[in-house]
Amino acid sequence: MTDKKEWPLWEVFIRSQHGLAHRHVGSLHAPDAEMAIMNARDVYTRRNEGVSIWVVKASDISASSPGEKGPLFDPANSKVYRHPTFYEIPEELGHM
Amino acid sequence: MYAQMVKTGVEHVRSKDEMSPEEQAFQERVDADIKIEPKEWMPEAYRKTLIRQISQHAHSEIIGMQPEGNWITRAPTLERKAILLAKVQDEAGHGLYLYCAAETLGVSRDELMEQLNSGKAKYSSIFNYPTLTWADIGAIGWLVDGAAIMNQVPLQRCSYGPYSRAMIRICKEESFHQRQGYDAMTKLARGTPEQKQMAQDALNRWWWPSLMMFGPSDADSVHSAQSMRWKIKINSNDELRQKFVDQTVPQAEYLGLTVPDPDLKWNAERGHYDFGEIDWDEFYQVIAGNGPCNRQRLRTRVKAYEEGQWVRDAADAYAAKKAARSKAKAA
Repeated sequence: MTDKKEWPLWEVFIRSQHGLAHRHVGSLHAPDAEMAIMNARDVYTRRNEGVSIWVVKASDISASSPGEKGPLFDPANSKVYRHPTFYEIPEELGHM
Repeated sequence: MYAQMVKTGVEHVRSKDEMSPEEQAFQERVDADIKIEPKEWMPEAYRKTLIRQISQHAHSEIIGMQPEGNWITRAPTLERKAILLAKVQDEAGHGLYLYCAAETLGVSRDELMEQLNSGKAKYSSIFNYPTLTWADIGAIGWLVDGAAIMNQVPLQRCSYGPYSRAMIRICKEESFHQRQGYDAMTKLARGTPEQKQMAQDALNRWWWPSLMMFGPSDADSVHSAQSMRWKIKINSNDELRQKFVDQTVPQAEYLGLTVPDPDLKWNAERGHYDFGEIDWDEFYQVIAGNGPCNRQRLRTRVKAYEEGQWVRDAADAYAAKKAARSKAKAA
């Protein structure tokens, strides 16, 4: 068994064929970014899942904490007027 | 299953009165099918049980490469070889998805590797059986992956987010594993009498170990009850085993092969197949380390790890050199 430091964890993002944004698909360990991309190709795109890979060190990601969920997201709950379904459009106008 | 007889560390299923307010809130979220995510509060026993279960599952994927890898160089055609290579590579991938899911619970990859290589960690009993002929590769895909799917499909709905997401990826890929196995068995079953005999022999040897994969009856198990309460186990062992038998027997009949169980018969009243007693002594022997291949599997695993050390060292050295160079350039 090695006493070497463990390789850093990288989060992997893949963009699929159809012009969608990169999406988080999972994570893996690698010594550097170049190897992380090569490993991500083998681990996460064995079936044509993507056309582009991003990797980012997990330790470089800042995340909101579960405890902040209320203060961060509750204010949006009361703003129903931000959704198109809030407004009634006369039926005779058809689609808007 | 790929994780068998996972202990929860509890002596009875925790009742609501025994729970702290935090734990009650946690259980309510689980009951409402809200996923638990890594940074959220969770009971220590839930966290530990999940680490045990997910890592056992991961170790099974990694050790599971060995029985099949045994036939890569001897696959009967180039096409079968390419298929088998792809399948074994998938198993490595599945192991990696699962290790990452386990790591979100606070265990490190090195610890997990150490547990596997030292023999401390368990993996599924099924991978301690040898693959004696090419037909065994067909039988493994059909039966072993078939049994695994039975368990993995419901686990896609389990309460822990990262585990559930890993299961979704795995299930998407697993269906190919079972189909290619049945396809290989079909070729043999429709081949020469010798080939058909090979297929029958493989079924004879893999049938009972496949039924054992689901683990002993857990109708009275506290651990299973607690795991089900936490929704990290969805169905009982007997339930899944019955489902597997019901699904697989007609597939064997279609191939013209005989399931090696004289007590097997359709029970119209129950709407299920009745089947014979499982030799649980054999199961306990295998998980105690005395199966046909336990020692060989571990030896091969440790050897691969040790002989790969120079590759990991080289990757480390290269990464360090590159980092030093770009630092020098920036200065």
